[in-house]
Amino acid sequence: MNNKRRIGDNIRIGLTGSAVLLIAAILAVILGTIIIGGYKSLSCEFLTKPSTDGMTAGGIFPAIFGMVFSLLIMLIAVVPVGVATAIYLHEYARPGLLLTKLIRGAVNNLAGVPSIVFGLFGLGFFIQFIGGGLDHSLGQSGLFGQPCILWASLTLALMNLPMIIVATEEALRAVPQAERAGALALGATKWQTIRHVVLPQAVSGIMTGVVLTISRGAGEVAPIMFTGAAYYLPYLPKLPTDQFMTLGYHIFVMTTQSPDIDATVPIAMGATLVLLALTFSLNLVGIVIRSHTRSQLRKGR
Amino acid sequence: MSLQRKKFRYLGESLIEGNIKATASLAIVVIFLILFFILRESLPIFFNPEVQQEITFRHFFSGIQWQPVSDNPRFSLWPIILGSLKVTLIALLFAVPVAVAAALYSSEFAGGRLKELIKPGVELLAGIPSVVLGFFALVVMASFLKDLFGWQIRLNAINAGLALGFAVIPAIYSLAEDAINAVPKSFREAALGLGATPWQSATKVVLPAALPGVSAAVLFGMGRAVGETMVVLMAAGNAPLFSFNPLESTRTMTATIAAELGEVVFGSGHYHALFFIGLVLFAVTFAINLASHALFEGLMTRLYGARK
Amino acid sequence: METKHNRLEIRDFSLYYHRTKALEDISMSIPEQKVTAIIGPSGCGKSTLLRSINRMNELIDGVAVEGEIRLDGEDIYGRNIDVVELRRKVGMVFQRPNPFPKSIFENVAFGVRMGENGRAKDNLDQVVESSLKEAAIWDEVKDRLHRSAMELSGGQQQRVCIARALAVEPEVILMDEPASALDPIATAKIEELIFRLKEKYTIVIVTHNMQQAARVSDFTAFLMLGKLVEFGATDRMLTNPGNKLTEEYITGRFG
Ligand SMILES: Nc1ncnc2c1ncn2[C@@H]1O[C@H](COP(=O)(O)OP(=O)(O)O)[C@@H](O)[C@H]1O
Ligand SMILES: [Mg+2]
Repeated sequence: MNNKRRIGDNIRIGLTGSAVLLIAAILAVILGTIIIGGYKSLSCEFLTKPSTDGMTAGGIFPAIFGMVFSLLIMLIAVVPVGVATAIYLHEYARPGLLLTKLIRGAVNNLAGVPSIVFGLFGLGFFIQFIGGGLDHSLGQSGLFGQPCILWASLTLALMNLPMIIVATEEALRAVPQAERAGALALGATKWQTIRHVVLPQAVSGIMTGVVLTISRGAGEVAPIMFTGAAYYLPYLPKLPTDQFMTLGYHIFVMTTQSPDIDATVPIAMGATLVLLALTFSLNLVGIVIRSHTRSQLRKGR
Repeated sequence: MSLQRKKFRYLGESLIEGNIKATASLAIVVIFLILFFILRESLPIFFNPEVQQEITFRHFFSGIQWQPVSDNPRFSLWPIILGSLKVTLIALLFAVPVAVAAALYSSEFAGGRLKELIKPGVELLAGIPSVVLGFFALVVMASFLKDLFGWQIRLNAINAGLALGFAVIPAIYSLAEDAINAVPKSFREAALGLGATPWQSATKVVLPAALPGVSAAVLFGMGRAVGETMVVLMAAGNAPLFSFNPLESTRTMTATIAAELGEVVFGSGHYHALFFIGLVLFAVTFAINLASHALFEGLMTRLYGARK
Repeated sequence: METKHNRLEIRDFSLYYHRTKALEDISMSIPEQKVTAIIGPSGCGKSTLLRSINRMNELIDGVAVEGEIRLDGEDIYGRNIDVVELRRKVGMVFQRPNPFPKSIFENVAFGVRMGENGRAKDNLDQVVESSLKEAAIWDEVKDRLHRSAMELSGGQQQRVCIARALAVEPEVILMDEPASALDPIATAKIEELIFRLKEKYTIVIVTHNMQQAARVSDFTAFLMLGKLVEFGATDRMLTNPGNKLTEEYITGRFG
């Protein structure tokens, strides 16, 4: 009787566990397919040559170059703003205050806005309103009021703002309150305490956020497809006001617009493998730093 | 006197605090800007007579055709609303049981070592860009499923729904796991102490206690699914058909914007219609996320009492 | 025992956490270059009173105060008081050692570095050395000044924290049960140190340990339920308490 119940329970538990197996299988199949399909395309040339023959031959260098370019601008915009916001929320803000609640609400909401809506916003706000307005007041046309790296990167930055904020706040939470008290009692000002005691300890947590943000930014397509990314460019972008090619969008374009899909798929597989390798290694780094930080937190340090 | 406030120090500190506060307030500004600019580009449909010659609000809900580029353009939202619903439903039907079961397993049954592996593993799945999932569904999975089940149409709602499921499993999992972990240990100890088996403790005590949080997780996943673009754009076949059949090609609201915004004539009725779809998406995901958040907070209050 | 002039004057001081009164109408004078102990049962408000003297209470949400505390005649809760300046004059040592996860040197140098005019920034080495010597820890750490302070034992950490406070050249030092987390040997070292420090500093120490109060303090304030029950010279109070409650507490009938 008792034994029977135990067996029944174990079967049920096993079934629950098979969900974990299924997730692992999904992960393995996706990775496996892309690794097997893509590794043959990988070569030095592939990474350093542009795409040719209507995307049925050549490499992906311009897409990698554009991606790095846009991610750099994104980081320059999002890291200071995100870190400052988290510092405000965790170090300065009083929890009950209306402003605090509004900021928290806004951050939560920002995290839930669909990526394509960010794309619409980038088009309406950055390109038409800001860019168009700049062009108008400078008496020119088509410099700022058109899709380019700058606007795409800023759109990405807004989209990733919540991620940096959440990561930084978690990092700040890990710094013991007693150390803040210790610094203040020595006559450090609030900012000195934050700057010299709190932030140095939060750096690794903030870095986790930065790394995860790069990883997410690298894979996002919807927000940039109308704000700066181009199907194909025969040259590399030089200025933030140029359009750019980027890996994620390039994959989309290759698989949906190619004149000869059979010739393109191996290249697209290779490009996908590169993107995956990049996002995965960034994620791994992020996850490792984070679990390290968390275990430190658990140890009460 | 010696303890009197030092002007320069006071000034420096309040300057820094002011700057940080202003920067933090940017998040609020951004949310309002998004709302404002999406509204600004959708409202002409309601108020601009010139645009209204092409399209009015009524068009969105009359007929069943979305054919914005034709001699006789049709702007009915029904096919793409249906498309979003269909694909979201399929994704959730697949993702919810998998994600919740995995969350239950990892927090109730998995041993230390395995447990430490599951979470990062799921995070890795979350780290796959949606364009990669879309690519996989379009190039690999669609043909495989078509051959396996003898489907007529390769790119259909089920194909897209499954791929979308891959994208939302991690979201549902992580929130559901948080909810289950939030249930105090004492609940489990009490159940086990009364002679319940671990399975009974997990399903009769822990899961019901965490239910608001698990529902929050499902809603959260739903918000993600409704707003996801690249997966459905690539995997669903993109035909805006008004059809309940999951084996036909379909088109979601997000994919409609993504597919058409690039070619649209700036300022045309079609252009404003796409922004209107964006507005609907913004509102719907906003509401879903709000509900999800409220449910999760409700769980925390129920388990731990009101916090500050 | 002759009484020097009073450094700190606490007058009708009350403190609230939100609505609850934690301190009620406390009045006492804390003399210069003496050790004043605050004793009383747990939860009676000892730490609260101590934290009021350098306004560390302000870090807690919902704290309100009434009455005044004067440092050399100046009301520290008055208008335009610079808390930073106050805390540089009134140093604090916490119940649990709380060194920063920096080197021993950087811990001791911290307050000096944060100071406005860079006093002694040039002879930082010297300040660190003399502070560590004053805190009776120099010999134990002089060869590892640039190693992390977290590697030290609890008692050593606490003495580094004392050195850290001394480096800012305070006039008053507040100590909240500085030895309660330490073993007897480390405790003895801290007590010895306190005894020497009073030659130069005015010290207020919270303790729940009667023997400790008897060993280190010149004056004692006995608190109960947020009220000051009795204040006086320690030897007089311990041998001949003027209040029934004090007597009961001292003889260990509660607390
Ligand atoms: N941060 C706080 N918020 C609310 N009440 C507090 C806080 N800190 C202390 N108290 C209350 O004030 C009273 C005195 O506390 P405390 O000064 O820490 O006592 P002691 O140090 O004598 O043990 C206690 O009743 C305690 O519950
Ligand atoms: Mg205390």
